[in-house]
Amino acid sequence: MVGGWAIAVHGGAGVDPALPVERQEEARRVLVRCLTAGAAALRAGALALDVVEMVVRELETDPVFNSGRGSALTRKGTVEMEASIMDGRGRRCGAVSGISTVKNPVSLARLVMERSPHSYLAFDGAEDFARKQGVEMVDNSYFITEENLGMLKLAKAANSIMFDYRVPLTGADSCRASAGLVADVGGELQMMNGLPISIYAPETVGCVVVDRAGRCAAATSTGGLMNKMNGRIGDSPLIGSGTYACDACAVSCTGEGEAIIRSTLARDVAALMEYKGLGLQEAVDYAVKERLDEGKAGLIAVGRNGEVAMGFNTVGMFRGCATEEGLMEVAIW
Amino acid sequence: MGWAIALHGGAGDIPFSLPEERRAPREATLRHCLDLGVAALRANRPPLDVVELVVRELENSPCYNAGKGSVLTTAGTVEMEACIMDGNTNNCGAVSGLSTVVNAISLARLVMEKTPHIYLAFDGAEAFAREQGVEIMDPSHFITPENIERLKNAKEANRVQIDYTQPIKANSTNDQGDSQIGTVGCVAVDNHGNLASATSTGGLVNKMVGRIGDTPIIGSGTYANSFCAVSATGKGESIIRATVARDVAALMEYKGLSLKEAAAYVVEKVPKGNVGLVAVSANGEVTMPFNTTGMFRACATEEGYSEIAIWPVDSNGISEDSQK
Repeated sequence: MVGGWAIAVHGGAGVDPALPVERQEEARRVLVRCLTAGAAALRAGALALDVVEMVVRELETDPVFNSGRGSALTRKGTVEMEASIMDGRGRRCGAVSGISTVKNPVSLARLVMERSPHSYLAFDGAEDFARKQGVEMVDNSYFITEENLGMLKLAKAANSIMFDYRVPLTGADSCRASAGLVADVGGELQMMNGLPISIYAPETVGCVVVDRAGRCAAATSTGGLMNKMNGRIGDSPLIGSGTYACDACAVSCTGEGEAIIRSTLARDVAALMEYKGLGLQEAVDYAVKERLDEGKAGLIAVGRNGEVAMGFNTVGMFRGCATEEGLMEVAIW
Repeated sequence: MGWAIALHGGAGDIPFSLPEERRAPREATLRHCLDLGVAALRANRPPLDVVELVVRELENSPCYNAGKGSVLTTAGTVEMEACIMDGNTNNCGAVSGLSTVVNAISLARLVMEKTPHIYLAFDGAEAFAREQGVEIMDPSHFITPENIERLKNAKEANRVQIDYTQPIKANSTNDQGDSQIGTVGCVAVDNHGNLASATSTGGLVNKMVGRIGDTPIIGSGTYANSFCAVSATGKGESIIRATVARDVAALMEYKGLSLKEAAAYVVEKVPKGNVGLVAVSANGEVTMPFNTTGMFRACATEEGYSEIAIWPVDSNGISEDSQK
C-alpha cells in the first residue's frame, strides 16, 4: 500500500438475518451516501478529523441507524446518547454521555475536546456546556421514533419472559403477532446483549479516516442499548474501548458494549500493531478472534498507509469503505 | 510467586516542605490501609475483596481525594467516580457522578455483579444505589473545609487545579503545603495469581460539572487481566489519551516486557508531572513508578518487602522521606 486516503463507516454489528430487503437497501443507500460525501471531502484535501465528524453527523441525523434520531430507548422510554472522537495526531480526544437534547452528539464531543479543559463530559454538565456553546438543541422527543417505541415494548417483553435464553420464544408470547421472535441461524437462537436478534437493533455508528497526510481519526456515536438502565454508559464514549486513534491507525467498534469495554477493543487493535508488530488486518482479526471471549462485536479500522480493515464475529455488520485507489464497497453480511 | 499488594493516595506535585501535620495523617492512613490489605491477603480473601476493602478505607479517610474529602466541582458540589476490575474474568464495574454514596467503589462492584451493564452514572447511578440499599449520606457529608478552601483558591487562580501538577511557589496563596489531592487506588494479587484493581476519586478541583476523568474508564485509570493489575493517578486527560492501565498489561503480553519495564515505559511516555501508578503481576511482583514530584504509596509482598513513601527513593535506595 503506497498511501493515500481511506475511509470506512459502520452502522452497527449484529443484524437480523430476516431483515426485510427494503430495509437492507435503505441502509446501503445511507452508507453509500456517507461514503461518497466523505470521499469527496478527502479528495478535496479535507482533514481526517473533519471528515469523521461530518460523516458521523450524517449518520446521526438519518433515522435509519440508531444514533441521534432513531436512537435506542432507555427503559424509561427516553433517549440518552453518547459519542466520542479522537484525533490520531497527538491523540486528542473528546467524549460525551447522557445527551438528551443535543442534535449531534459527535459534534459536542469535538467541542469538549477543543473548547473545554477536559476530555469527557456527561449528563447535565454536558447539556449545560452544549447550551453555552450554542449548539443545535431539540426536544428529547425529536430522537424517538415509533418503531423504537415498539421495539422497546418487545425488549421488555422478551426480558421478562426469558429466564433461559436457550428457550425459544413463540409467536404467542410476542407483542407483535405476526413476527416470530426466534431467529434461527444454524439451529441456534441468535442473541445479542441478552435479546433475540430480531429485537436487538445494532445501535452504533462510526467512521474512521486516514487523510492524504496520513493522519488518522475516529468517531463513534450511539443511542446505546435498547431498554438499558438510565445512566448506563456503553463502550462508544470510552476512549480505548469503542474509539481509538493514534499515529498508526484509527478504530471504531460496535456490538455488545460490555464485551468491547472488557477487551478494550479499539486500543487493542492499535497495541497489537505497536507492541506485537502485527499489520492492520492481522491486528483486527486477532482482536476479534482472541479478545472477545463470548462477546459479539465488530470494528472498522484504517491505517496510516491508506489501508482499511474490518472484522466482526456477529451475524452481519452494516459497513462500507472507500479508498483513494478507487475502491468503494458497502456490505451487510 | 506469592501475594502482593500496592496502594496509592495520588501522584502530583507534593512539596518537600509538606508540613508534618499534613503529612502524618496521610502516612498513617497509608500504613493502616496496607495493614488491612495484608491481613486480608494472609487470610486468603480474594484480591477482588481486598482491593475493595482497602479503597473503601481510603474513601472514608478525609485526607484523600475520594469519598469524604473529595475535591469540589466548580459548582461547589462533589461528583465521585470509581472503578473495579477482576483480572480473572475481565469483569468490571464503574460509576460516575455520585454525590450521596459513601463508598463509590462498592457501588461500582454492585454494577458489575448485579446489573447486565458495566458503567452507570449520575442520576441513574444514584437511583441504582438506592435500589441496592447502599449507605448514602447528605452531599454535605463529603465536603471538608480544606476542599472549600482549595476550590476558592482555584477559582481565584482561575484555572483547573490539576492534581499535583501545579508548580508550588513559596508564596503561592493556593498552597498550604496541601496540594496533595489525588485519586486513591489499590491492586492486589494472591498466591494463585488472581489479580484485581480498584480506583476511586473526587476528580479535579474546580472541574466542570459532569466532567469524567480517567478513573472510571477501563484501560485508562483502572485495569486488570491475567498478567497484571494497574491503578493510575495524575492528570486524567493525559491518562486517558495514553490508555495507561491497559498499556502496562499490553506491553507485558504483546512485547514480553516485565511488570517493572512495562510500567516504567508507560510512565515515561506520559508528559512529565502527569502520572503515577501502582501495579502488581501474577507472579507477585510490585512496581510503583511516577513522573511527578511524589506519589503517596505503599506496598507489601509475601516475601517480606514493604514500603510506605511519598517522594522518590534516591539512587542509594534511601527514601527521601527518611532523610527528612
